[in-house]
Amino acid sequence: MSIAAITSDFQPDSFAFSAENEAQIERILAKYPDERKASAVMPLLDLAQRQHDNWIPMKAIEDIASRLDMAKIRVLEVASFYTMFNLKPVGKYFLQVCGTTPCMLRGSDEVMRCIKDKLNIGSGETSEDGKFTMLEVECLGACVNAPIIQMNDDFYEDLDYETTGKLIDDLASDNVPPMGSMTGRQGSEPTGGADVLQAVKKDVGKA
Amino acid sequence: MLQDKDRIFTNIYGWGDAGLGGAKSRGDWDNTKAILARGHDDIIEEIKASGLRGRGGAGFPTGLKWSFMPKEVGARPHYLVVNADESEPGTCKDRDILRHEPHKLVEGCVVAGFAMRAHKAYIYIRGEFVNEAKALQKAIDEAYDAGLLGPDAAGSGWAFDVYVHRGAGAYICGEETALLESLEGRKGQPRLKPPFPAGVGLYGCPTTINNVESIAVTPTIMRRGASWFSGLGKENNTGTKLFCISGHVNKPCNVEEEMGIPLKELIEKHAGGVRGGWDNLLAIIPGGSSTPLMSREVCDTMTMDFDALRAAGTGLGTAGIIVMDKSTDIVRAIARLSYFYKHESCGQCTPCREGTGWMWRMMDRMVRGEAEPHEIDTLYQVTKQVEGHTICALGDAAAWPIQGLIKHFRPELERRIAVHQAVVNAAE
Repeated sequence: MSIAAITSDFQPDSFAFSAENEAQIERILAKYPDERKASAVMPLLDLAQRQHDNWIPMKAIEDIASRLDMAKIRVLEVASFYTMFNLKPVGKYFLQVCGTTPCMLRGSDEVMRCIKDKLNIGSGETSEDGKFTMLEVECLGACVNAPIIQMNDDFYEDLDYETTGKLIDDLASDNVPPMGSMTGRQGSEPTGGADVLQAVKKDVGKA
Repeated sequence: MLQDKDRIFTNIYGWGDAGLGGAKSRGDWDNTKAILARGHDDIIEEIKASGLRGRGGAGFPTGLKWSFMPKEVGARPHYLVVNADESEPGTCKDRDILRHEPHKLVEGCVVAGFAMRAHKAYIYIRGEFVNEAKALQKAIDEAYDAGLLGPDAAGSGWAFDVYVHRGAGAYICGEETALLESLEGRKGQPRLKPPFPAGVGLYGCPTTINNVESIAVTPTIMRRGASWFSGLGKENNTGTKLFCISGHVNKPCNVEEEMGIPLKELIEKHAGGVRGGWDNLLAIIPGGSSTPLMSREVCDTMTMDFDALRAAGTGLGTAGIIVMDKSTDIVRAIARLSYFYKHESCGQCTPCREGTGWMWRMMDRMVRGEAEPHEIDTLYQVTKQVEGHTICALGDAAAWPIQGLIKHFRPELERRIAVHQAVVNAAE
């Protein structure tokens, strides 16, 4: 099992949800029965993380616990069980590189080697300027577009050493390229176009 | 080869508009009211008759699963929960439904939810699919605005709400009771069964959990009829199926095909063939990482359906096909899966929590040949001590790939050990 329960030594003194997120919390709570508020714990942790530079401070965990009538340890337990909750700071560009077998077969080693060459960071490390964090993660669920990096919310697909390098160079100059395949194919169709559904494609072209 | 007219997911590649307008032009939401007017039990019977088996991995008959829900709604409301926690290595089909065909899923929720007398559906989507969750939420918002969801869903008089709930990176939440735990705000650790979710599920209420693809195909089955669906594929393995072909093929892709299609035909027609030709094939994992691999000889004549793959000692699983050519370090490929299961074990049951670590560490040594020949049998024994001794199937899933490796590639393991031994001996 994976243990991510390493909280940061540098904790802010306070945390408060923004007014915008307070409204969002109301909408989230409305999804679940009144007496089942704990269901909102993951959405609220996600909200806190988004508001707070992509990591969750302990003060936010306390805030969420009191809102949802949960013991603080129950919220911390959830926050540390799920790997997407960051309990310590990560770089502005959080590169999660899939290393599971389907990506490995298509060259995720090369993707990680490129990151090491360019940024001198390995899994779990942050670059000196604090701009990049790299983490080897498990299957991201886009295997026919392997290998893949999830950069913050977005998937960059069909990578190799060169395109990974270009991605990093772009990000280093805060130029975020469009997400998706780096070889230009659309979605999960075979490279060069599918043989199936051609009539459908033609219709779309006409419309 | 399946003809386009029999394909359900005509926008699977995202060529067209995924929004409500585009979806309607593809036939979605066409007189949904008439489908619901047939009544709860009639819908269940139609799905039963279609032969649809769950598309999430286990292949349990979908209509039968729905029929386990109580026929009367008591004090506890009924729930439909859609499992969109797609995380099985090799599998990426639900992603395409969520981003390119979300209305098929939303309409499917109305049809399936109504059939099982539920007024609410939760769609649990893996946390990494941020953009897919946005696409799905957009479709849900459109459906509410058009009156297709809400107090009078699609004019049927039946109130129906659909909510998206995002996960946060835990493979185990694809196990249905772990998913329910997670949805209730806890760690995703599977529950003991019984009680089964149809009796005691979400919030202690009757609940059915279905895979995205299973739900998304139901409106089309209802419109075109059970006999159309059951006329495709093979007996007991009916209909169409989304296949994901990854790894060492020339053109990795997703494609909807007929159940029971020969594996070789599937790969050569749609994925551009195995890299270097079919003769360069080493092995294939047919249904996501949990299913044991098949050697080349087995692949030659294999058809892609539940029963044929089961008879070969493996499974259709999620139909996530991982192709490995002769350049593959097969021991490392399987060892990497062992690492995956070690990483994803929830830690609840001792055989899995400890065993996945054991298996990975042994596999890691096997990659380099740093082992004694008899340890191959020890490793096999460890897999047998994990398999079947845990609450959920993650323990089994961690054991099977290694068993498949030992079954088909024992000489390779022995060779590495011998090579390593020779190097050690030479150094001494």
